[in-house]
Amino acid sequence: MSSLQVSVYRYNPETDSAPYMQEFQIDTQGRDLMVLNVLTMIKDQDSSLAFRRSCREGVCGSDGMNMNGKNGLACITALSEVVKDNKLVLRPLPGLPVMRDLVVDMGLFYKQYERMQPYLQNDTAAPAIERLQSPEERDKLDGLYECILCACCSTSCPSFWWNPDKFVGPAGLLQAYRFLADSRDNATQARLAELEDPFSLFRCRGIMNCVSVCPKGLNPTRAIGKIREMLLSNAT
Amino acid sequence: MVTNITNLGRSGLSDWLIQRVSALVLAVYALFLVAYLLFHPHLDYVTWSGLFAQTWMRIFSLLAFISMAAHAWVGLWTISTDYLKHTGARFGFQAVVILAIFVFLVWGVQVLWGA
Repeated sequence: MSSLQVSVYRYNPETDSAPYMQEFQIDTQGRDLMVLNVLTMIKDQDSSLAFRRSCREGVCGSDGMNMNGKNGLACITALSEVVKDNKLVLRPLPGLPVMRDLVVDMGLFYKQYERMQPYLQNDTAAPAIERLQSPEERDKLDGLYECILCACCSTSCPSFWWNPDKFVGPAGLLQAYRFLADSRDNATQARLAELEDPFSLFRCRGIMNCVSVCPKGLNPTRAIGKIREMLLSNAT
Repeated sequence: MVTNITNLGRSGLSDWLIQRVSALVLAVYALFLVAYLLFHPHLDYVTWSGLFAQTWMRIFSLLAFISMAAHAWVGLWTISTDYLKHTGARFGFQAVVILAIFVFLVWGVQVLWGA
């Protein structure tokens, strides 16, 4: 018996009055497929199913979704990692408005990212060739720059669910620290001032859902702690 | 920068620091009381009121009460801004919490120095 029971969240705002779960039987022929493969097989059965995907190898960050209760990338999550009792439940990323089926509106997520001004800022005269960094300074960016903005972390964070308009969320804060930690950036004071209020950074309660779901193995909670240390040493 | 006027310190950083420091004070106070009770298994009223008659214990207790007040304000304010989305309900809840904290604090001072 290699038939997998898959339950998929369906919602088309143009025809459905409310979201519902649709059941599919998928014959995996005993193979340990990735969840994205299963979604493709479902799409063969019902072409109206909508989901995002692109690179299918965990680089583009398009197919973040909730699989049996845990956020992750469908393309690099094997069935053996998530399936329990031969059942798979697929839902869109929690906390963001659903546009259709597994496709969510990432507007709020990107807005918070944009607020962190995720680009190098330096008001000193540009050197003739380039701004140099020592290997040690470059090492500080490891574990920060690898983020692919799939939103798995921010949409697993209750603080982001309750205040997505005010709390930056783990993804945005990881990027904030990526530029705070960069020796070539000198907008440190302005960046810290943006995060000092009770919501933007301090709504993080350190529950580490972000760390547990990050498909790239990054640690936003540690970055948030580092920003807190910077704020504290700046203000005491 | 998100602005707020009902949180305790007017800044996330100061609220966070107040929360951490007050938690530490409350932990030390609680551990002290537990240890005191363990070392006095046959505690009577005279010994107990004698402890609270000393100035250092009154100052220590007041410090713990103020820490409790600040800790509760920061914590309950956070909960109200997470879960109460209706502005009237949220402001009403915050007003009741702040009033209760004020009453308990004054009452606590009266208990410590009134006897």
